[in-house]
Amino acid sequence: MPKQHEQKTKQSPYAADRGIPAAYDGETVTRRRFMELNALTVGGIASAAFGLPALGFAVGPMFERTTRPGYAEVGPEADFTDVDYTPKVITIVDDVGEAGKATVYVRRANPKLDRDDFRQPYVAISNRCMHVGCPIRYVQASQRFICPCHGGIYDFQGIVIGGPPVRPLDRFRTRVRDGIVEVGQRFSVTDALDEMYAPRDPSNHLNGLWKYLYPPRPTT
Amino acid sequence: MRLPSPPLPKALRRTPPRPGARPSRDGARPNGAVEDLRPGARDGRPPSKGGSQIDRQRLKEQATEVPVSVAGWLDERSGASPFVRGFMYRKVPRGTNWFYTLGSATMFAFLAQAVTGVFLAMYYNPAPQDAYESISHITNEVFLGELVRAMHRWGATVMVILIFLHMARTFFFGAYKYPRELNWVIGVVLLVLTLAMALTGYLLPFDQRGFWATVVAVNINASGPIVGPYLADFLRGGSEFNATTLSRFYSIHMLLIPVLIAALIGAHLYLVAKLGTTAPPWMKAEKAKALSREEV
Repeated sequence: MPKQHEQKTKQSPYAADRGIPAAYDGETVTRRRFMELNALTVGGIASAAFGLPALGFAVGPMFERTTRPGYAEVGPEADFTDVDYTPKVITIVDDVGEAGKATVYVRRANPKLDRDDFRQPYVAISNRCMHVGCPIRYVQASQRFICPCHGGIYDFQGIVIGGPPVRPLDRFRTRVRDGIVEVGQRFSVTDALDEMYAPRDPSNHLNGLWKYLYPPRPTT
Repeated sequence: MRLPSPPLPKALRRTPPRPGARPSRDGARPNGAVEDLRPGARDGRPPSKGGSQIDRQRLKEQATEVPVSVAGWLDERSGASPFVRGFMYRKVPRGTNWFYTLGSATMFAFLAQAVTGVFLAMYYNPAPQDAYESISHITNEVFLGELVRAMHRWGATVMVILIFLHMARTFFFGAYKYPRELNWVIGVVLLVLTLAMALTGYLLPFDQRGFWATVVAVNINASGPIVGPYLADFLRGGSEFNATTLSRFYSIHMLLIPVLIAALIGAHLYLVAKLGTTAPPWMKAEKAKALSREEV
């Protein structure tokens, strides 16, 4: 009588629990579960391999410092007085045509009028409203900056005296080279005109504790 | 000299009739393949003058069978007919009225936007210096360009109005209640995506209105505490409105959101078909007569 083939029983408490034979001794995971995990892992890696770079590609500009043009000439010193603003157009962003240009209101610093601590030879005020960014206009008769969109009003120093804006108008650094006035980087200011901040978006508060809700960004 | 007709491929050859079977009248075979329609091809005889009348009759019969055969061919391979039948002929409650068409109307507004948008993209150029020029080229020079652009421009407004009306209908008819809450949530996401489409599309003509509206919209985003400034930077692709902002909006407008909307419309429709629609609130539930008799 031929000896009957003895089937070896593979031992595994893991598989025994489930009433299924183990594939090998000491098995801790079923073949099916193992393959499931494999497929999920490989699929996940493949998705991440194209998904993460694409995501980084889309959000990358959030973490790069925006390149801004350096100082731009706006005219000889004789163009400006110290009691009134002269509008000048400068380029904020290159290569986008009119969309990259902005009006700057420039006057010579006047110790009798100015209350700021910025020590710029010229006061250059941005025309971007600090409510939601519409272009404001300087009205000479009232010596005020007025926004046409939602009625923001600023005084001669660019400090809010009416309407919804949250902080004074941004300014630009200025310098004089060979009798030519030059306008440089934008900076944001507090109500007291005593601190210069990296440019913030309109609608971002900069006064008191409010400023902690609007942190500086890597782009500026 | 007349050459014999070339041999037909096997799929087109007529199956010989089984013994005792009646010859089939139509040309359609069970698998949907249609037998050779050329006169005389079946038996290799040249078409005779007297037979042309019969041939024409046979062709006509076969032609009417073509849509059925095609549908049969597709169904045999996809098994779609139970699903399609269930979707197209599902029961609707008594009292269903014209207000129930607002959802379909919104979907067709979206389809119109998708089609006109695809064709506008053939002429549009999302570069800051060229965008306005390409739009005026579409409006003034391209054949029917004014019509297609106007359809897209006004269709956007129509879609926003329709989606709000559809939402109002759902709300006032109580159609958002169990078990349809998930469909309401999907609908709200679709509403938000539609408004995002309206916002991103507004910039694309790159006129004064679109530009300043976008500046304001981005700065409204920036007013959110903590994340606001970063969100604004993401939308602009930098701290100022720059050369990539327009193409960023364009890509969001024509690729990212439409795909999401299409997918969510699919989910929305699936749930509508799965759960059925609700009767209007003024319809009374029908009482079972047997029960009311017992109550008395």
